[in-house]
Amino acid sequence: MEGLTLSDAEQKYYSDLFSYCDIESTKKVAANGRVLELFRAAQLPNDVVLQIMELCGATRLGYFGRSQFYIALKLVAVAQSGFPLRVESINTVKDLPLPRFVASKNEQESRHAASYSSDSENQGSYSGVIPPPPGRGQVKKGSVSHDTVQPRTSTDQQEPASPVVSPQQSPPTSPHTWRKHSRHPSGGNSERPLAGPGPFWSPFGEAQSGSAAADAVWSGHSPPPPPPQETWVSFADTPPTSTLLTMHPASVQDQTTVRTVASATTANEIRRQSSSYDDPWKITDEQRQYYVNQFKTIQPDLNGFIPGSAAKEFFTKSKLPILELSHIWELSDFDKDGALTLDEFCAAFHLVVARKNGYDLPEKLPESLMPKLIDLEDSADVGDQPGEVGYSGSPAEAPPSKSPSMPSLNQTWPELNQSSEQWETFSERSSSSQTLTQFDSNIAPADPDTAIVHPVPIRMTPSKIHMQEMELKRTGSDHTNPTSPLLVKPSDLSEESKINSSVKFASGNTVDGYSSSDSFTSDPEQIGNNVTHQRSHSGTSPDNTAPPPPPPRPQPSHSRSSSLDMNRTFAVTTGQQQAGVVAHPPAVPPRPQPSQAPGPVVHRPVDADGLITHTSTSPQQIPEQPNFADFSQFEVFAASNVNEEQDDEAEKHPEVLPVEKASDSASSLRVAKTDSKIEEKTAASVPANVSKGTTPLAPPPKPVRRRLKSEDELKPEVDEHTQKTGVLAAVLASQPSIPRSVGKDKKAIQASIRRNKETNTVLARLNSELQQQLKDVLEERISLEVQLEQLRPFSHL
Amino acid sequence: MVHTSLDVVDEKISAMGKALVDQRELYLGLLYPTEDHKVYGYVTNSKVKFVMVVDSSNTALRDNEIRSMFRKLHSSYTDVMCNPFYNPGDRIQSRAFDSMVTSMMVQVC
Repeated sequence: MEGLTLSDAEQKYYSDLFSYCDIESTKKVAANGRVLELFRAAQLPNDVVLQIMELCGATRLGYFGRSQFYIALKLVAVAQSGFPLRVESINTVKDLPLPRFVASKNEQESRHAASYSSDSENQGSYSGVIPPPPGRGQVKKGSVSHDTVQPRTSTDQQEPASPVVSPQQSPPTSPHTWRKHSRHPSGGNSERPLAGPGPFWSPFGEAQSGSAAADAVWSGHSPPPPPPQETWVSFADTPPTSTLLTMHPASVQDQTTVRTVASATTANEIRRQSSSYDDPWKITDEQRQYYVNQFKTIQPDLNGFIPGSAAKEFFTKSKLPILELSHIWELSDFDKDGALTLDEFCAAFHLVVARKNGYDLPEKLPESLMPKLIDLEDSADVGDQPGEVGYSGSPAEAPPSKSPSMPSLNQTWPELNQSSEQWETFSERSSSSQTLTQFDSNIAPADPDTAIVHPVPIRMTPSKIHMQEMELKRTGSDHTNPTSPLLVKPSDLSEESKINSSVKFASGNTVDGYSSSDSFTSDPEQIGNNVTHQRSHSGTSPDNTAPPPPPPRPQPSHSRSSSLDMNRTFAVTTGQQQAGVVAHPPAVPPRPQPSQAPGPVVHRPVDADGLITHTSTSPQQIPEQPNFADFSQFEVFAASNVNEEQDDEAEKHPEVLPVEKASDSASSLRVAKTDSKIEEKTAASVPANVSKGTTPLAPPPKPVRRRLKSEDELKPEVDEHTQKTGVLAAVLASQPSIPRSVGKDKKAIQASIRRNKETNTVLARLNSELQQQLKDVLEERISLEVQLEQLRPFSHL
Repeated sequence: MVHTSLDVVDEKISAMGKALVDQRELYLGLLYPTEDHKVYGYVTNSKVKFVMVVDSSNTALRDNEIRSMFRKLHSSYTDVMCNPFYNPGDRIQSRAFDSMVTSMMVQVC
């Protein structure tokens, strides 16, 4: 044990073996199970094995460290050579042939295969395949010489022709795993006075990994190899060039272990072996035909599927444990549809046969077994190649190579999920726009003057639709009038707002407020719907206002347009604001605005920190803007605001984008959020909202301006949520006032309304985007609120 | 504690009534913030419940992350269910599933 000196070949061989046994990739301890298996494969009497183990110190230590393992291997070689087992013999015996291990598990595998084949209808085909190999396998068992190697290779050459035929040169005793070792020395082995394994190995190494794998299988067959195994084994044995099935977990392991072996000489061989990784799992034509026949027995249509239950019955006949069958299914059912296509079935069958022959199942489906799925090919290939290497027993190298691919695969799904979420949000946005269009259509009939019907799709969100309807009723004519101016300005604003997430929200909100009257933007309307909903609550009389709309419309439109623009620029489409606006349309527009303005102002601070600043600015804005008739002023103002906002929006936009990721869930939450937000806002600024609704409408422009400014202020804010909420609040606050102010210059405005409507559509789109951002923010907010609420009772406890 | 969480889940389910149609609503949110653990619930359309217990010291877990984790969990679970050899109710022994869960846990920690 001490001072164990190993020759180069032995060193490599032992390290390969150690790697083979090192299934846990510890590089320090060889798994006892594997080691015992290995020793059993050495075909030594049990007592000898025990003696060896004792000598190497494993029994003392309780595990097989590398040194112990090497010593044990050496002792095995000693024992196999007929030398007495002594501690000294380790180093004293010169020219000790490498220990030979015969894979005894093949027998068991063959039994499995036999039983399986007996069960399956195609037993005949199995047997047909089986007979040849056994005959061959037995031939060379004892021949350990170059000659055997030569014939072996020749037979290997023949192998390709007959997949079933097992390589006659089945490596007599060299276990395939051990073979790797031979590969390393390759040329050297033949020269060494190694026992049979050496020569066998070298050819294999040179032959290539595929055959090497086969060799391994062969070695296992040394005893009367079970027919089923050998058939498959023989495939492996054939030269790498052959596409024979090489289901050699051992060979693969060998290959993998070989790779792990850092020996330079083996590097080339390893590469060759690794290149043939596909081969071990390749399905030969005969096998394929067999599988297809089996498939037909279950599913006559080759293009059809085998349902899971039928496949389950079929594969249960193989007597494999359910767990393994489950794993095989996982590997083979590539599209996860619960059914097997022909390719999937062949892959599964192949895996079953391999497993029955004793080959461990791979962690990932080998590339050669991969169903030809176009869309999944990329990811599959990524995962496959490393996966093939990553055999269950493969050494450390294999798993690492595999892991990168697998995680990448796994990552793609989450990304896809996230992207899907984003798509959902988009869909939601579009749907919201749809809802807006509905509103427009609804408004149009109600308000003949406006005649603005935006084909914007309206999201069929019940709550939103309801709110929209309410807004429609309220704003009615008001909406139509302000639409045009709003269209113009909101479009500008909406565009700008898009950049800025917060602004988006504001614009969305603003739009919503107006959209109720005009189909400005879907999203804004949605928000506006929420807002309008709120407003409806506060306004109470929105519906009533519908009838009288026409007269006030011009004014509202006028003022609204301006206010809308402002609202949009603010992108603070708080439901409350809208609601307030909606509520007040019937009333004199200007009146509610002032009240609203203070309301939103108050509201904002409550909603967000930034709101406070907004409120401060909003008052300033209010006095600045003339009420109603100053479209140009509004537009200018809006433009200026928009410009300002754009910058801020740009900043906020990126922030909002990440939030949108959760939009899918947020979509549902959005509604809830908007509602909750509205509720929150109401709760937070109940007095403000109430004031908004109840107090006479402030001049429309005021809230708009306020919102614009608030938006500007919001932009610099870091907290998106607060900003958004603030913006929303501001928008809500401003919106209610806007419609009220409008309505005076109906006729004059209508003309501009039409122009604005065009722009409104553009803005609507922008608003939708903003609304998405808003949704995200709202979702986050709602989740936070929910958590807060959940915590509240606990705090009480 | 898990049983308590299950009770909360059942309570929420019953509260939602017929609204359990949206994927989004499947996420039940923070169920019960105990002293040192947070429990998140998630129920599928087939009334299969996922309960995730998180150590409260891990404050970096955002709600969106929890949702994404549940989604991945749901997706992996459906993959496991597709396996005809898997009997519902058995302990899941799928390696892919285990690896996904492990990676998820590692990612969080």
